[in-house]
Amino acid sequence: MTGLSVQDLSAGYGGRPIVEGLSLPSLDAGEVVSVVGPNGAGKSTFLRALAGLIPAKGSIRLDEVELTGLSLADRAKLVTYMPQTLPQGVALTVLETVVAAIRATPLGGAAFTDAQAVERAFEVLQRIGAEALAGQRLDRLSGGQKQLAGLAQALAREPRLLLLDEPTSALDLYYQLRVLDLAREAAAERGMTVMIVLHDLQAAARVSDRIAVMAKGKLVAFGTPDEAITPKILAQVYRVSARVQRCDHGALQVMIDDVLTP
Amino acid sequence: MADAERAAPDAVAAYGRDVRKRFVALSVLALLAAAALILDVVTGPSTISPLVVLKGVFDPAALSTAQQAIVWQVRLPYALMATLVGAALALAGAEMQTVLNNPLASPFTLGVSSAASFGASLAIVLGVGASFIGSDWLVPLNAFVFAFGSVLALQALARMKGSGVENIVLFGIALVFAFNALTALVQFLSSAEALQQLVFWTMGSLSRATWGNVGALALVVAVVTPFSLLSSRGLTALRLGEDRAMSFGVDVKRLRFLSLLRVSLLSATAVAFVGAIGFIGLVGPHIARLLVGEDHRFFLPASILSGAIIMSLASAASKAIVPGVLMPVGIVTAVIGVPVFLLLIFRNGGRA
Repeated sequence: MTGLSVQDLSAGYGGRPIVEGLSLPSLDAGEVVSVVGPNGAGKSTFLRALAGLIPAKGSIRLDEVELTGLSLADRAKLVTYMPQTLPQGVALTVLETVVAAIRATPLGGAAFTDAQAVERAFEVLQRIGAEALAGQRLDRLSGGQKQLAGLAQALAREPRLLLLDEPTSALDLYYQLRVLDLAREAAAERGMTVMIVLHDLQAAARVSDRIAVMAKGKLVAFGTPDEAITPKILAQVYRVSARVQRCDHGALQVMIDDVLTP
Repeated sequence: MADAERAAPDAVAAYGRDVRKRFVALSVLALLAAAALILDVVTGPSTISPLVVLKGVFDPAALSTAQQAIVWQVRLPYALMATLVGAALALAGAEMQTVLNNPLASPFTLGVSSAASFGASLAIVLGVGASFIGSDWLVPLNAFVFAFGSVLALQALARMKGSGVENIVLFGIALVFAFNALTALVQFLSSAEALQQLVFWTMGSLSRATWGNVGALALVVAVVTPFSLLSSRGLTALRLGEDRAMSFGVDVKRLRFLSLLRVSLLSATAVAFVGAIGFIGLVGPHIARLLVGEDHRFFLPASILSGAIIMSLASAASKAIVPGVLMPVGIVTAVIGVPVFLLLIFRNGGRA
């Protein structure tokens, strides 16, 4: 069976647990799942634990392989985590950063030669329509262009599980939609399982097959957008009174009426 | 998609061109480093002509005894020491800037030189240190121990739970102040004679170069550099951020530990023999970055060569500024280094 299953996962920083005993119904290969919830719910911690960036207890199985026992390098062949931002002042071109991502550690059996890596890097940039950025310096890009470069780095490693941590938070509407659509495409065409931390519930509903709602380190709801984004859950998790409707084109719309005082 | 098809070979070809350009840049830097070294060897207060000096390097028998002493006991060891110190400090600075993610990191700014000065001052003033070794090696050894210890202290902090990379830089700055204060205390307590020796030491000078310590530093640089170059993929990936590098499979903790270990060896050995030399470790990597970017396969060698060039030029200048007087080279590197550094910052529009 392919896909991801998470059982009883706990993770945190410096002995302080942030995610506790979290289990997810199994996700299929090619499925896009958004993780939503208030600040401090443990969404990023959850993704970082899945990627192996922080120690975690519990079981994470991807395509029947238990990830928790793997070395960082072996895990990196299967999982890629994309943080929210790229650092400032990096004197590398976009193509160089994608090549660096491919060559950081061996991906498959044999290591990529420089020429093979460059070819693959360019092919990925082309696929996401960012080939014009290839020769540009990373520190000269706009926020949206930078995010495309970051996405290309992650996609170039062709992971089975792609984890995007708030990829759209600093982006304008056009790049928000573009990044999310590219994530969908990667899931559909490459069969990656994609998990995305998002704050925008409408965007989450638009891009996701299913949505995981987290609060206080636990899973509160999981299901299709219709099942997971309901007035009752929004009141419970975000303390807002809201209406959820469908617009003429069928897209889910969340309208906030009021903030509930405790 | 005619545009994309045309863009494909263009961008890939441009990458290939960039790689070739960088090999050319490295070759030019290597030639400049050799030229600067030669310039340094032929410059000096004595009236031997440059041609005679060069001839004497390859054929010592062609020189008079006095000339032989000048060329073989002074000019060559000083000049080789300058090249090696420049290379070692710039490589240390380049690695530090990447693993600490801070363009201001260098052995000088993070306390390694200050620690070495303190170690040396203890040895000079109090004679404290390992007494079983000869006095020629006592001061450098003590300087080395303290310099090495200061980077190990940085290391320990880096491995402590919950300490970010920013904290290491702050800790390094704290080390600078702490060791400077301790050195001042030793100076305050020392005799006039010891004080003079100590002040001269802290200025940074090549006049302590001998074939013995040139060989020691050459060995350290020769052993450490290949390991640095072997880490260049991981270091390049680390430029994209710690989380990203880890997610690409790079064991960042291990990379940082080993890198700082190399930095300690390089910088501690260099400052132990020549004293506090500022700005090479900072400016060398910045020049390299401007020339070849941050693909560490090119960035690290370019830093080494840039550091060697600046140091050789500074050494030659230190002999030429006041005719007949050998200025401490540490003064010259700071005087040259500060304007270069400011220029780099302004050119980068504050992005440095």
